[in-house]
Amino acid sequence: MNIMSMTAVELGKKIKAKEITVLEAVKAAIEQIEKLDGTYNCYVTVDKEGALKRAEEVQKLIDEGSLTGPLAGVPVAIKDNMCTKDLLTTCSSKILSNFKPTYTAEAVLNLEKAGAVILGKTNMDEFAMGSTTETSAYGVTRNPWNAEHVPGGSSGGSCAAVAAEECSYALGSDTGGSIRQPSSFCGVVGIKPTYGTVSRYGLIAYGSSLDQIGPIAKDVTDCATILEAISSYDTKDSTSMKRDDLDFTSALVDDVKGMKIGIPKDYFGEGLDEEVKEKVLAAVEVLKSKGAIVEEFDLSLVEYAIPAYYVIASAEASSNLSRFDGVKYGYRAADYEGLHNMYKKTRSAGFGPEVKRRIMLGSFVLSSGYYDAYYLKALRTKALIKQAFDKAFAKYDVILGPAAPTTAPELGKSLSDPLKMYLGDIYTISVNLAGLPGMSVPCGTDSKGLPVGLQIIGDCFKEKNVIRVGYAYEQSRGYEHSPAVMGGAQ
Amino acid sequence: MSRQYETVIGLEVHVELASKTKIFCGCSTEFGGAPNTHTCPVCTGMPGSLPVLNKQVVEYALAVGLATNCEINQYCKFDRKNYFYPDNPQNYQISQLYLPICHDGFVEIETGAGKKKVGIHEIHMEEDAGKLIHDEWEDCTLVDYNRSGVPLIEIVSEPDMRSAEEVNAYLDKLRLIIQYLGASDCKLQEGSMRADVNLSVREVGAPEFGTRTEMKNLNSFKAISRAIEGERARQIELIEEGKSVIQETRRWDDNKEYSYAMRSKEDAQDYRYFPDPDLVPVVISDEWLDEIRAKQPELRTEKLARYEKDFGIPKYDAEIITSSKKMADMFEATTAICKNPKKVSNWLMVETLRLLGERGQSPEDITFSPENLAKLVDLAESGTINSSVAKEVFEQIFEKDIDPDAYVEEKGLKSVSDEGALKATIEEIIKANPQSVEDYHNGKQKAIGFLVGQTMKATQGKANPGMVNKILKELL
Repeated sequence: MNIMSMTAVELGKKIKAKEITVLEAVKAAIEQIEKLDGTYNCYVTVDKEGALKRAEEVQKLIDEGSLTGPLAGVPVAIKDNMCTKDLLTTCSSKILSNFKPTYTAEAVLNLEKAGAVILGKTNMDEFAMGSTTETSAYGVTRNPWNAEHVPGGSSGGSCAAVAAEECSYALGSDTGGSIRQPSSFCGVVGIKPTYGTVSRYGLIAYGSSLDQIGPIAKDVTDCATILEAISSYDTKDSTSMKRDDLDFTSALVDDVKGMKIGIPKDYFGEGLDEEVKEKVLAAVEVLKSKGAIVEEFDLSLVEYAIPAYYVIASAEASSNLSRFDGVKYGYRAADYEGLHNMYKKTRSAGFGPEVKRRIMLGSFVLSSGYYDAYYLKALRTKALIKQAFDKAFAKYDVILGPAAPTTAPELGKSLSDPLKMYLGDIYTISVNLAGLPGMSVPCGTDSKGLPVGLQIIGDCFKEKNVIRVGYAYEQSRGYEHSPAVMGGAQ
Repeated sequence: MSRQYETVIGLEVHVELASKTKIFCGCSTEFGGAPNTHTCPVCTGMPGSLPVLNKQVVEYALAVGLATNCEINQYCKFDRKNYFYPDNPQNYQISQLYLPICHDGFVEIETGAGKKKVGIHEIHMEEDAGKLIHDEWEDCTLVDYNRSGVPLIEIVSEPDMRSAEEVNAYLDKLRLIIQYLGASDCKLQEGSMRADVNLSVREVGAPEFGTRTEMKNLNSFKAISRAIEGERARQIELIEEGKSVIQETRRWDDNKEYSYAMRSKEDAQDYRYFPDPDLVPVVISDEWLDEIRAKQPELRTEKLARYEKDFGIPKYDAEIITSSKKMADMFEATTAICKNPKKVSNWLMVETLRLLGERGQSPEDITFSPENLAKLVDLAESGTINSSVAKEVFEQIFEKDIDPDAYVEEKGLKSVSDEGALKATIEEIIKANPQSVEDYHNGKQKAIGFLVGQTMKATQGKANPGMVNKILKELL
């Protein structure tokens, strides 16, 4: 079997069994990148030299017996908004075009401790703002299922890299659906854990109260294994949670008998593509046949999630992104007169239009006279949405629905109508507002051959329920490799 | 033209807290250090870095709040104050706007006009900014982030003060409370305590406050007094001329004794405050609050009473000694060793303050140890050295904290108390000064002073003056 076609856990086992060396694995990944990335543009930076050097170090540690975990030696791609010491970290923005961090993000450090070999940094929507990976300053990423379509976003580079097998697995980040939606579009599995499970230290913030790092991989087993490796209580992150139930792989059991599944009617109404609806409901049937108890219910408030999200996330972003000013690091305009002119020119040229739009929106909702009407109201809405989910989880173990209303749109069709693009986040956003764990698992393809994602949402700290349901469903169908790796769709 | 005006003053006092590490990271708060050496990703605003609150900062803020009779917000939050300036690496300052840790307190001050309460509107915690240094040579500006993230509290008073005297009394009261708590050294000159003055004037009896201005850059008590007088006069002049006072921020230039407008209310920035999502709310439990309460040290008022009662020193002495925490600590530590409170208090009140004054220093700059001062008190009390030698030795202690026993021994400064030897010397002095002896016998008491002086000179100042007097009188 082709090294890159293996799941991360399969490859890890072969490396452990000395059937494959770490160097062979890394070389296979680099070969695939060299073969396909010209087409798909999953990466902003490929660290070939660093990965090859690291491969030998990791092999040595495995041989010595000091690295024994399931991910030791397995090559990984990291979304370009996570700091990696001395390795370019751009957030796909011009303003960080030359930024090499002085430290490595905690989640990435956790992976390194587990023996991961970093291949490079993946493309994304600029500062994670977008749903298509088209707002990147470094070109669009194309969908490995059909290169004329977007991979979704903002973790489009990571999801496409997994689907194109340009890495064994990847890390993404999810503020309003940025792991689940592109996972759905690229036919891979992605988990956004409960807020506070994975340290945000070193994740370049977009919406601090919503951002979470999570795994993206070929299957649920990989995702559970990776999540177990990256989760930790981190005293450097005040929002980090102390948990003693991080053994996510213990939930990899093919048994949903008696589990209660809620289907929110609001998730199947107007705006949902018929084919997507059909695939998702078919997946629900599979779980029903395995003994799960399925019930429809009204989640309510779904329509308020999008405005609340765009107010809160933009408000936080407007402040989080103010540090990019040309003073300390990153891009600085070449010609300027005085400090304020330097700020203006640097930020005007350094940020793209979507980022500017959200900075302006965020600055507006925080300004005096509007704060109560917008920001405080959005916070109250957020609290109400959490209450609605609390009510639902009193009855159900998980909630199922689509990850996105459609399959991947064609390139160039989304950015011209940002409001419509924002509406595409309708099923994922409320999960971030409520801090819940959510996963997207592939559940077939539409008539255009584009993947559909089933979203599984759990209560706070109940990733295990999500993993269990996802794993059980996945047993009914094998992993479908994208046409990109089957020799098509180029 | 004979309208009477009243000055209305409120203060915003920033105090740098004494914690060893910064408010949101583990970097040292120590003063000095090469530029950007006390820094990390957090206090330099590196992308992806996150703040974590220093518990000690909360405890200091609580201690100050309790000592100033404040209500405590047991659920308080940090907010971001957004503005662009390079001394602030994130382009927002983490501060408290909506739920400050303490509010609605007061301190009691005493001036010539009697006792008075000054209300405290609120106390909040925040981070300090870095320092911009303009390099004239290269014509560029550099930033030093060593101060970035140093913890501050801002104490906002009510507009309850009416004169520079009251302002100084209020500041002095705050300084003493905070120093006694150990929460800060409160050095105005070095900037660990800074005050902005909000001032307006109104005709006596007017029901409403006038339009106020805020004055910044006040680095000493004297500058504050001058700024208050200057601003009061400026505002009254405007009103008398029929013009109106503009609400604005002004910068005081103490050399020119004039304030300059910095920015008016109209161009005041919108700071777009909102709760910092990187920090969780600070929840202060009853237990924690009780713990802080139990740990509150003795404050000045209690010390004053105790000094009079336990040490039997006069109120006047006690007031001077307790006017500085450092001096009070020195007094107690020294007295505990030598058991002579009055003598210790004398050394501190007279010689110590004199030497500090000559050097333009404050009691906080005392560097000698209580052990050495106690030894000196013993040496002087036992008559081992005489008072003029003691003063000389004290200067050495003050300067270099020398061991007085060793010093006196080494320099041979012990008083000559050997009666036989002294008698012989005095006999010679008497023989050599018949005129003075005659004057003495003729009733000129002054003459004996001359003879004592001669004896001291002959013994290089080491003779025990009491004994010299006694022997002289016997021999004469």
